[in-house]
Formats: sequence, structure tokens, C-alpha cells
Amino acid sequence: MTTAAWAPDETGHFGRFGGRFMPEALVAALDELDTAWQKALADPAFGAEFERMLRDYAGTPSMLYDAERLSARAGARILLKREDLLHTGAHKIRNVLGQALLTKRMGKQRVIAETGAGQHGVASATAAAYLGLDCTIYMGEVDTERQALNVARMQLLGAEVVPVRSGSRTLKDAINEALRDWVATVDHTAYLFGTAAGPHPFPSLVLSFVRGIGDEARRQCLELTGSLPNVAAACVGGGSNAIGLFAGFLDDADVELYGFEPGGDGVETGRHAATIHNGDIGVLHGARTYVLQDEDGQTLESHSISAGLDYPGVGPQHARLAETGRATYEPVTDAEAMAAMRLLAETEGIIPAIESAHAVAGALRLAPQRQGQTLLVNLSGRGDKDMGTALTYFGLGQADA
Amino acid sequence: MSVSTAFEKARADGRAALVGYLPAGFPSVEGSIEAMRAMVDAGCDIIEVGLPYSDPVMDGPTIQAAVQQALDQGTRVSDVLRVVEAVAATGAPTLVMTAWNPVERLGIERFAQALVDAGGAGLITPDITPDEAGEWTAAADARDLDKVFLVAPSSTPERLQLTVDASRGFVYATAVMGVTGARETTSELAAPLVERTKAATDLPVGVGLGISNGAQAAEIAGFADAVIVGSAFVRTLQHDADLRGLSALTADLAEGVRGA
Repeated sequence: MTTAAWAPDETGHFGRFGGRFMPEALVAALDELDTAWQKALADPAFGAEFERMLRDYAGTPSMLYDAERLSARAGARILLKREDLLHTGAHKIRNVLGQALLTKRMGKQRVIAETGAGQHGVASATAAAYLGLDCTIYMGEVDTERQALNVARMQLLGAEVVPVRSGSRTLKDAINEALRDWVATVDHTAYLFGTAAGPHPFPSLVLSFVRGIGDEARRQCLELTGSLPNVAAACVGGGSNAIGLFAGFLDDADVELYGFEPGGDGVETGRHAATIHNGDIGVLHGARTYVLQDEDGQTLESHSISAGLDYPGVGPQHARLAETGRATYEPVTDAEAMAAMRLLAETEGIIPAIESAHAVAGALRLAPQRQGQTLLVNLSGRGDKDMGTALTYFGLGQADA
Repeated sequence: MSVSTAFEKARADGRAALVGYLPAGFPSVEGSIEAMRAMVDAGCDIIEVGLPYSDPVMDGPTIQAAVQQALDQGTRVSDVLRVVEAVAATGAPTLVMTAWNPVERLGIERFAQALVDAGGAGLITPDITPDEAGEWTAAADARDLDKVFLVAPSSTPERLQLTVDASRGFVYATAVMGVTGARETTSELAAPLVERTKAATDLPVGVGLGISNGAQAAEIAGFADAVIVGSAFVRTLQHDADLRGLSALTADLAEGVRGA
């Protein structure tokens, strides 16, 4: 369990981070959600149903895999938490199943979500199909064109995909449009939030649904190795897979927590999304946290080869863990992540999502100084969706080349 | 200068006040100053200067496009303050309407003082509630700046009381469950909300979101102390180089608040 030291106060503040910086028009909806979620958490029937869905539909617990060939190359023992083997291929299914189940419990029949590259949209559409909910996904028009395959997935799953044509026609405009929908339809609609960020209660609520990653990993590591890992590592964009992993180890003071942020072309180039490492404290999308921003407080465009990490903010609990030193956050460049993707594929026969490859790359960086130690890495997603990027990046796809 | 002077004047005339919004920097910094001055000349009692922000949550498509244009042209917070100074010089109380992050970024104390120095009346803060506004409240109270918070049809009685108690100048009632943008009907949710709000405070209550002509303004003026117009001004200004359309719209709305 998470100790009080890391839990938020009752209005969602993690120290000076978090909170609820939202229009009054949405406060009643957020309060309603908070109350329903608290009651659900206290209800053993809800917990049992969520556990059953995770086990029978999503495929938890995901295995903890002893990556021996990778470990031999790295110089320390690397264990991979195989979230990539869950249904839909990433940890995100845990979050959307939890939120969709909560939606049903609240008597609402419709869910909406925003999506950038499409992963959260596909996950939301999946959960909506599974639970028989109507689903509308907002996606920037530019992204719908870049990610036509994910648009098709969502449509096949029965969701309506709305291309957003305002502003830059990308993720932030999709968020804007989804909030517009929500503010007008909140009586029958739930907003499925994609990461452990945003206004209270979303960071805590999402954590409650993804913390199985860390709880399972802790138990599995003890079973496999007889002790806790020296390091628990994950990639951090918005931060849901990382906070889910960290939650299992927050009270284990000897377990070092590492979050690896998208360093893009290198933080020195300005083209990156290393929000904690290079950002400043600000308010974005409803919470006080670290933000990539200019001197006027305008959000800066972030860059990462990994769409899932390409976000100029970060969950407020990560901001708190960084400030207190409980967790360490370091950037990993596009090049390091892609090299790790290739190495994991060649040594273990596992193609990770580029997001997750950031965590693998970070662990590979730590390993040489940690011989004899155990590094537990969250392999948050599989790489099928990234083959187009890999094909271009590595110049693959020509069998006779 | 607090907006209270404008409300006193309107009350003495037996009418509602007309509040006009434009983003600073749209269509240009100088252009926005000229447009807001024209709005004052044609009958706006109070001006809201919008601070263009990269990630608006509550702006409708019309205002979002204007804000994006202002940002693309490089409008800075310092430009916004310059606009405030130029508009406040007309004698019309001038508020800044802003997302929260630019205020924190400059520093809440510094922002408040800069506003005082520019002759601004205060802030409208649509994306925060009094719950997260402790430091701003202190900074504003120390300088007699107006603190305009929003109430919504979904506000509970407790939250409504909390909000009006934290407000100074007037209370901003959002008339529809939605974002900014001109609409056809305005009053179904607005009138009951204004009634609830007025029962909780002696402050004037303004109604915004969705008003685009004099007839609608007259309808709102029937039950509210101020009629707040934004998107309709922005839309007019998009195709209005000589400001005649803007002045005509203002005059129509000004007649409306006089119950015409």
C-alpha cells in the first residue's frame, strides 16, 4: 500500500503539485466522479469485478520475465514486467477497464476520450465495446491522417472517431474538444482520462487502476529472486505506467525508482519532451506540475520519436516524487531508445513499444555500475504499432538489401 | 479602477452594463487597442482583455482561432499589459481574462502589481476556482483588484456561496453548459442561475456565453446586471478593417442593455 507520505491530501495535492485547476462548470462532475470512485474503492464487489475483468479479459497478472541474454549484455540482472502481453498490448487496458466499469456503476451510458497517436483511443473503444458503452473519441485531424490504422481499429470496435479541425489539429485540440463535449453532456457521459495526470481525482483514480503493475511485480520479484529489486524503472510521458509500477515500491526505501523521460534529439537541442528534467513548475490541463513552457507560460511543443511520450506535462505525483528525491528522472534520447528496441528484439525476441524501449535504454545505462544487482523494468507495451517508425528509422523492409 | 464604478453608473441609468471581450493581439496588438477603444466609444462599459494562451480549455472555436492568430503573431504578456494600459486610459474599467498558467509563470504578486501599474481593474479567471486561488486572492485584496470567478448551472449551493464570497467586482455566470460561442437561445439556464447567485451576494452578476445581438442582450438585461459579449465581437472583427461593423454591433448591444 502507498503510505500517507505519498498520498495526496483530500483535494488532490501532492505537496505543492496536483490539485484541480478547472472551470467551475466541471467541478460538480469531478466531485461526482471522486465520490463514485471512493465508494467503488470501498466496495468489495467493485474490486472483485475489476479483478475478474483484469484476469479473464485483460490477462493479468502479466508475467515477470528474467531476461538472461539481455542481462548478460547489460551487466546486471534485468527483469521485464511483461505488460506488453496484456490484451491490446499495453498496460493501458487496466486503466480504461477500471474507468469504464466505474462509468457503468455511475449509471452513465457513454464514454468519451481524447487520443493523440490513437493508443488511448483504441483502449477506450475496447473497454467500451467490452462493457457495452457508447464511445466517442476525439482525435486531431492531423493525427487521424497519420494514424489511419488506429482510426480503423476504433471504428471496428464500434466507436465514433471525431476528427478535430481546430487549432493545430493535434492532441491538445482533441483534449479541448473532448472537454467541450464533456461540459455539455456530463449528465450521461464519462471522460476516460488517458494517464495519471490532469485534475483531481484523475491522477489518484488512474493510479488506483494501474497500481496492479507494481503490486504484481513486487510479489513476482520476491518469488523469482527471493528479494526486492535494487531498481524499478519505467518510461514517463504522462506517467501512468511508471506510477503504476512505482506504487508497488514506494514504501521500500531500498528500491530506487527511475523514470526515463523522452529526450528526443537530446535535451540540449530543445527538441525533447523531458518535462521533469527540463521543465518548470506550472499549471497544465488541470494540475500544477512540471511543464515545458516559455517565459510567458505558453506551452512549448514537445518532441519524441514515441508518440505515447510526446507530452509537455507530467502527472503531479511524479513531480512530487522528483522534488522529494524519492524517484530519479533522466532523459533518454530517441537514438538510445531505438538502439534498445533493436537490442531487446535481437537478444530476447521481444519487440517493445518505443515508449517502453526508453525504460530498457535507461536500465542499460544504469547496469554497468550495478553488477550483481537486479533492475526491474516495466515493459509497458509491445512494438507492433511502431513498426512503421522502425522501418523508416532502421531502413528495414527490403529483404534483399 | 474597479468595475464597480461602471456598475454604479449603469444602475443610476436604470440599465445593465455591457461588457465586451477581445483577445489582445487580435487582429494585431495595435488593432486590438483600436477595436477596444471603438467598443468603449460605442457603448461598452467594461472591457475584458483576453490574454492569448496556448492551451485554452473553455474557448469556443471562434475565440480559439483569434487567440491562435494573436499567438502566431508573437503576442506577449507584456503586449497584453500594454493593451490594458491603453484601454484603461479611456476611463472604462479594464479586466484581464486569462488562463491561470501565465499568471503563475510571471509570478502572482508580480502579475497583480503589473496590472495595477497598467491601470487594470482585476482578473477574470475562468479555468480556476477559489479553491486554488489563495495566493491570487491575497495579492488582489492587497491592491483592491477585482477577482471575477465564474459560477455555472451545475454549481451546488455550497460552491456558489464559496465562489461569490471570493469574488470582487462582479460574479460571472456562465449561461450554458458549454464553452464560449454565440448560440441561439441563452436564457433557459441563465435566469435561474442569476437568481440563485443574486440570492447569495450583493455583487452584480454578469451573464456570458452565447450573446450575439441586441435582442438577446435585452433579454439578458432583464434579469442580469451585466451582459458579457465575446465571440460575436471577435467574429465581427474578423472582417471589419474600419471597425464600422464592430461599432454597429456595440451600439446594437448597448441599446439592448437599455432594454430597447
